[in-house]
Amino acid sequence: MTRVPYEVYTEDVEALSVLSPDGEVINKDKLPDLTDDQLKEIMYRMVFTRTWDDRAVNLGRQGRLGFYAPVSGQEATMIGSEFALEKEDFICPGYRDIPQLVWHGLPLYQAFLYSRGHQHGGQIPDGVNVLMPQIIIGAQILHATGIAMGFQLKKQKNVAITYTGDGGSSEGDFYEGLNFAGRFKLPVIFFVQNNGYAITTPFAKQTASKSIAHKAVAVGIPGIKVDGMDIFAVITAVREAAERARNGEGATLIEAVTYRFRPHSLSDDASKYRSKDEEGQWSEKDPINRLAKYLEKKGLWTEEDTLRVREEAKATVNEQIKKAEQTEKMTVSGLIDSMFEVTPKHLEEQKADFE
Amino acid sequence: MAQMNMKEAIRDAMRVELSRDPNVMIFGEDVGNVGGVFRVTEGLQKEFGEERIFDTPLAESAIGGLAFGLGVQGFRPIAEIQFVGFIFEALDQIVIQAARLRYRSGGKYNAPIVFRTPFGGGVKAAELHTDSLEGLIAQSPGIKVVIPSNPYDAKGLLIASIRDNDPVFFMEHLNLYHAFRAEVPEGEYTVELGKANVVREGSDVSIITYGLMVHTATKAAEQLEKEGIKAEIIDLRTVSPIDIDTIVASVKKTNRAIVVQEAQKSSGVAAEVIAQINEKAILHLEAPVLRVAGPDTVYPFAQIEDTWIPTPARVITAVKQVLEF
Ligand SMILES: Cc1ncc(C[n+]2csc(CCOP(=O)(O)OP(=O)(O)O)c2C)c(N)n1
Repeated sequence: MTRVPYEVYTEDVEALSVLSPDGEVINKDKLPDLTDDQLKEIMYRMVFTRTWDDRAVNLGRQGRLGFYAPVSGQEATMIGSEFALEKEDFICPGYRDIPQLVWHGLPLYQAFLYSRGHQHGGQIPDGVNVLMPQIIIGAQILHATGIAMGFQLKKQKNVAITYTGDGGSSEGDFYEGLNFAGRFKLPVIFFVQNNGYAITTPFAKQTASKSIAHKAVAVGIPGIKVDGMDIFAVITAVREAAERARNGEGATLIEAVTYRFRPHSLSDDASKYRSKDEEGQWSEKDPINRLAKYLEKKGLWTEEDTLRVREEAKATVNEQIKKAEQTEKMTVSGLIDSMFEVTPKHLEEQKADFE
Repeated sequence: MAQMNMKEAIRDAMRVELSRDPNVMIFGEDVGNVGGVFRVTEGLQKEFGEERIFDTPLAESAIGGLAFGLGVQGFRPIAEIQFVGFIFEALDQIVIQAARLRYRSGGKYNAPIVFRTPFGGGVKAAELHTDSLEGLIAQSPGIKVVIPSNPYDAKGLLIASIRDNDPVFFMEHLNLYHAFRAEVPEGEYTVELGKANVVREGSDVSIITYGLMVHTATKAAEQLEKEGIKAEIIDLRTVSPIDIDTIVASVKKTNRAIVVQEAQKSSGVAAEVIAQINEKAILHLEAPVLRVAGPDTVYPFAQIEDTWIPTPARVITAVKQVLEF
């Protein structure tokens, strides 16, 4: 169809949805193929992550963690998108995307060390294909395009996935990364978690675009929207995008519409810019309850399972935070030595000021 | 006079100028409704409306370019970059486009813009939320770099910056926003840009510094005084251009100097101060001028920032070294 000149492309994009809020399958065609064990594993990860998030917020208040960006509410986008990938696939995260890293293989205590401002948090074990969380919004999007080109050049059938928020989709880096991925047909997935806010700025003040998925049009790659509170929709969307990428069909932009139940960070007061009413409406779509209802009906999950996983998560978090706390402290000399492969003379001299 | 902390003084400066000049406007990420992540602009949108104080989408280069375009149109934008670590996204607009506008247009256009940004460390913030990039901007021709060390200066310098017809990079130390209160006059007054302040008189050594380090140097000077050493402290207030006259006058009196900066040691403001002392006052020196600064590493992760940032003890050591030379 040819478009009328000067017409703004405003038709809304329908979000892919598979599971209703009461756990009914409403889109059989898009139900991901998952074994019972996989379903239980996904549920385990969601409950575990929620508990860990609760604990992390408390640890932050006690001063035992440093910068921490809460994730509750976004478990479906984070855990679902990681679950849809293979171990060799590469993850380029933003600051909030710690769960994807941990479920991809980063030891939890290292995530805590990173939060506590310790370099060792970034020494990712061999074979874990992730980068550290990125603070510069948008930078990771460009990194993913480079990593994806690496896969392409090495003829490896792997994909890179990168995450940002609705706010991040406004950065120049976002457009540059998408355009390169389109131009070079790169095996990369741009996953935008649209949780409605960039710190305090609501989506309506971020862009006049009806959706972030629309932004793919300009660079010639598919853009789709999914219900980000529906883990099945997320898994299906990422699996399909990964398959296209592995088949040499290039990049996909996925916008997942989600919500974080907590503020942007621990130093932020969400009541200044969003209402209790709004929070209440979104909590009815809680991705964990939604999957739990589905699994309970299938006889795969019970309330006791949830309680058991919570206890397990608490114990693991306690043990891992202790491990982080017991890790030898950084020193300025050590920092100086980590700047170059061979420490230059002037830096050797500067160590004297700290010994 | 009112008692204000630095954050309130900065807000007051903006309020005064917003009331006085309808061309003044403020924008940036999250500056509107809630008044920024540090609440520096809190309440201003309510008072002056959404047309003059507004949130932008999350895009620093666009914020810089918007300021540039509005400057061309005769407005006086105050653009906030949320943290100094994020200016790299906007660097082209700030140090190339805005700072060259007067030159490129043969003087036809001004860029009467203030870029405000928090900087510095010591507050255990997240990675890249702390840094001292004043040297980088100071090396760029065509833009002034202003760094207040107290509430009185902050207000007067910011009003002067807003009224300046050239771009000003105005840097607010994170650790000074709430550090203390001081007397700040109501209404308008300015503190001249490019003019240093002798904050403490002394005859034995000149300590040239700015920002948070003025306070670190003061602590060191109080300590030194107990040992009979009288240090003179100069607060640069503007790190580009540098007020070399005030420095030379001091060096002529003390014959010894050290420069203290929180930023990494090499190629920065301290290096520039020392180069200018060499050019203008070398025959008055009894000892080489030393630098106390952060080491040449990235700004460290939170865990060791307290040891990384220059301490009064390191200032004292340097003073003794130049005295014993
Ligand atoms: C280049 C850059 N600019 C500004 C910031 C400060 N900042 C951190 S998070 C954030 C909002 C991000 O919102 P969004 O992309 O929607 O992600 P969310 O936090 O909601 O998951 C801002 C402005 C930053 N980290 N990097």
